[in-house]
Amino acid sequence: MSRNVAVTSSLLLALIICSCATKQKNILQAEESQVRLRSIQSRVFDTNDRNRLLRTIIVTLQDLGFVIDDADEILGTVSATKLKGYVLRITVSVRPRGDKQMIVRSNAQYNLQTVEDPEPYQQFFAALSKALFLEAQQLE
Amino acid sequence: MSRQAVAIITIITLLSLVLAACHYKIPKNALALSPESLKDRQLQTRIFETDDEKMLLTASAAVLQDSGYTIEESEVSCGVIVSARDRDVTETSQVVGSIVLGVCLGAPVPWDAKQRVEASLVTKPIDDKRIAVRITFQHVIWNNHNQVSKREQINDPEIYEEFFAKLSKSLFLTAHEIGV
Repeated sequence: MSRNVAVTSSLLLALIICSCATKQKNILQAEESQVRLRSIQSRVFDTNDRNRLLRTIIVTLQDLGFVIDDADEILGTVSATKLKGYVLRITVSVRPRGDKQMIVRSNAQYNLQTVEDPEPYQQFFAALSKALFLEAQQLE
Repeated sequence: MSRQAVAIITIITLLSLVLAACHYKIPKNALALSPESLKDRQLQTRIFETDDEKMLLTASAAVLQDSGYTIEESEVSCGVIVSARDRDVTETSQVVGSIVLGVCLGAPVPWDAKQRVEASLVTKPIDDKRIAVRITFQHVIWNNHNQVSKREQINDPEIYEEFFAKLSKSLFLTAHEIGV
């Protein structure tokens, strides 16, 4: 019986340590990988037409199955949600870079987790490039 | 504890960890254009021969209000209207079915109780004479225990056809005011 308790306790202990480690890692992640994440989530486009860019972002999100939640031209943000058994939320923002370029940044959240995998962002920017007829350039 | 029991506990623990990891993993192609996206766009879009985007947005907002939606957000400069409608979707037949099934299984079986439909409408000028209107609907359904039982995009062609029929009618009325 005491062996049972020992085994169960050690398993629980392992789980608790595991979860503590994850939480601590998350706290650090927000700081450490910010530059990496910004680079994954951002692209530069050769356009200075803010309104056209925002409108194209909106139609691209609709093409990707999102329903628009909010758009603000002054802030330059669009937020949308995709429901497909899961909840995928995205906020896309635009800001000028010099006179001829705009930086587009997108943040996606899958259920309760920030999406940090580069692939979904690459897919999003590929769809946006196609709709804009412009190439998405990496942020240097 | 036998070795078998320890093995079972270990497997269950590992499995739950794996499942927890899967839960946070975004599905592949969630942000990629799907083969259905063109079909969905056709279903959700109509083109109107006008250059007056504000009039189109005003008429659309009125149709949404007529259909019981409340306007939650709008940004005319981007051609966006966001609206939603909450309603009770409790159906007597489903409640009776759930209770009967619950008695047979010896455990409560939930039924659908509340639905929230979100509709966002976007206008986009195509050229000087035509504007595209695209509306997308999605809904979340909660059961009587307040748990989400369904969340998905609505792709029933009838809903889109009905909306655009109402919008066309409203535009006709807007264009030809007949006085009170």
